[in-house]
Amino acid sequence: MLLISCPVCGVEGDETEFRYGGAAHIERPASLDPENISDEAQRDYLFIRKNPCGLHFERWVCARGCGKWFHAARDTMTLEFKAFYAITDQPPKLAEGAPAGPKGRGGRT
Amino acid sequence: MQRYSIFTLARNAANYHKGWGRAWRSAEPRAQYDVIIIGAGGHGLATAYYLAKEHNITSVAVVEKGWLGGGNTGRNTTIIRSNYLQDESAAIYQLAHRLYEGLSQELNFNIMFSPRGLMMLCQTEHELRSMTRNAHANRLFGIESRMISPKQVKKKVPIINMSAGVRYPVLGALYQPRGGTARHDAVAWGYARGADMRGVDIIQNCEVTGISVARGRVNAVETTKGRIRASKVAIVTAGNTTRLTDMAGLRMPIESVALQALVSEPIKPVLDVVIMANTVHGYISQSDKGELVIGGGTDDYNNYSQRGSFPALQHTVTALVETFPIISRLKMLRQWAGIVDMTGDRSPIISKTDVAGLFVNCGWGTGGFKSIPGSGFVFADTIANDRPHPIAEPFSIDRFLEGRFVDESVAAGVAH
Ligand SMILES: Cc1cc2nc3c(=O)[nH]c(=O)nc-3n(C[C@H](O)[C@H](O)[C@H](O)COP(=O)(O)OP(=O)(O)OC[C@H]3O[C@@H](n4cnc5c(N)ncnc54)[C@H](O)[C@@H]3O)c2cc1C
Ligand SMILES: [Zn+2]
Repeated sequence: MLLISCPVCGVEGDETEFRYGGAAHIERPASLDPENISDEAQRDYLFIRKNPCGLHFERWVCARGCGKWFHAARDTMTLEFKAFYAITDQPPKLAEGAPAGPKGRGGRT
Repeated sequence: MQRYSIFTLARNAANYHKGWGRAWRSAEPRAQYDVIIIGAGGHGLATAYYLAKEHNITSVAVVEKGWLGGGNTGRNTTIIRSNYLQDESAAIYQLAHRLYEGLSQELNFNIMFSPRGLMMLCQTEHELRSMTRNAHANRLFGIESRMISPKQVKKKVPIINMSAGVRYPVLGALYQPRGGTARHDAVAWGYARGADMRGVDIIQNCEVTGISVARGRVNAVETTKGRIRASKVAIVTAGNTTRLTDMAGLRMPIESVALQALVSEPIKPVLDVVIMANTVHGYISQSDKGELVIGGGTDDYNNYSQRGSFPALQHTVTALVETFPIISRLKMLRQWAGIVDMTGDRSPIISKTDVAGLFVNCGWGTGGFKSIPGSGFVFADTIANDRPHPIAEPFSIDRFLEGRFVDESVAAGVAH
């Protein structure tokens, strides 16, 4: 069971108190250039995923807490969180396999 | 390789079963093959079998990082059905179902196909309507499938809770009389033996670590047992698909998540059909040993660990307890997970790729055991002729570019 801490309100809980929102940092082409979106760009946005075995940047929502979305970096093989960071932040620079933060839950940013 | 029959059984019994030979060779890789198949799950092995049998291509290696059938094929709950909504799906699942009917004879290996009947419960008004639509679609396609009433459900399934006031009352069911189960390991073993018999090399404990592409054409794979050359390579690695396609520089519309299942302690026979309850996300059948085999929806998040989370399991069981109160006192014996490959429209990908000679067969997600024979059959044809088999064509990877989906996510809200 995943233990998660919300970087917005600071609450800590297991995965049932949060909800997963899939891969993060995917840019919607329509909001950059609504006139000229190629089929390829639209496909990539909707369907193509990195789906890495290892470090994954993803979105979660603090469903039973403050209700805000935030980002997390998690290893999909060990299931260890490496960092939680704000929804407006770019992914932190983390070395693959870097040690997790306190109590294995990753540090807050 | 010896054929199995009542006579070989008698002969071996007289000898205290000490004379049985190996069912397949333990092959070491040659330097080159016509076709390399990566992944010895049901789909990879069936593909190898039909390449040899239907297309006479026997210079084939199936390369497997662990043991054959040790992936999702050996972890699934073995539900077989073909009552899908879309014509494209009906075609491939029906082909698979038909091949399953005669597979024990064809392979000379008992796959324990058990067409015991399968019910998809309707527990909301909406579900009743969408399943009725499904029944009509199946009939139009020539698949035997019909709606049955709550009374008929109760008659076939005495342990089901029909009392008034339940949260999700049973309003009817979509019934496929020839749906059922088969022995998962036996399907992998039977195809492995059949392929091996025809000269296919099955190379276990051999992980593919690289795919070599030159001028847009595949020419070899790197493995833990060295480089193996081939002008045709097929990736059939389910939840690990992205890792393999990354090696060839392809990008895929796939995400890997965990799907779990569990079995109870064995009890006397209480259930002789397979039941799926899509609204409450659970399904249940009883094995020949008497265990109740239970499964549900996938875990939410991307996962390669082959471990599921407890809350997902709890969700499945909680939901089923109301519909089958008898299971509330059962002890659960085992629980496990497999990593399944999910596509956006919940349909598989059987396709050529942008790299010449490189093929993929993946995206079966939570429901690809039932399709193994059909998938192997059309994929072998696709590889042999270097063009999509007509039944495979709708499942090509271009559909994500063209927006030509085979949308089954509405028809089946639950893993199966
Ligand atoms: C819990 C659970 C329940 C399910 N229930 C059902 C059901 O009731 N009915 C149904 O129809 N389907 C069901 N499924 C889905 C079904 O199991 C799969 O769709 C199907 O088995 C996929 O078969 P496959 O041959 O594609 O993959 P797999 O059987 O997973 O085989 C892929 C193989 O590739 C190998 N591999 C991976 N990477 C490499 C590498 N780098 N080099 C070499 N080899 C590699 C793996 O070791 C593995 O053996 C279920 C799945 C799970 C997990
Ligand atoms: Zn919060």
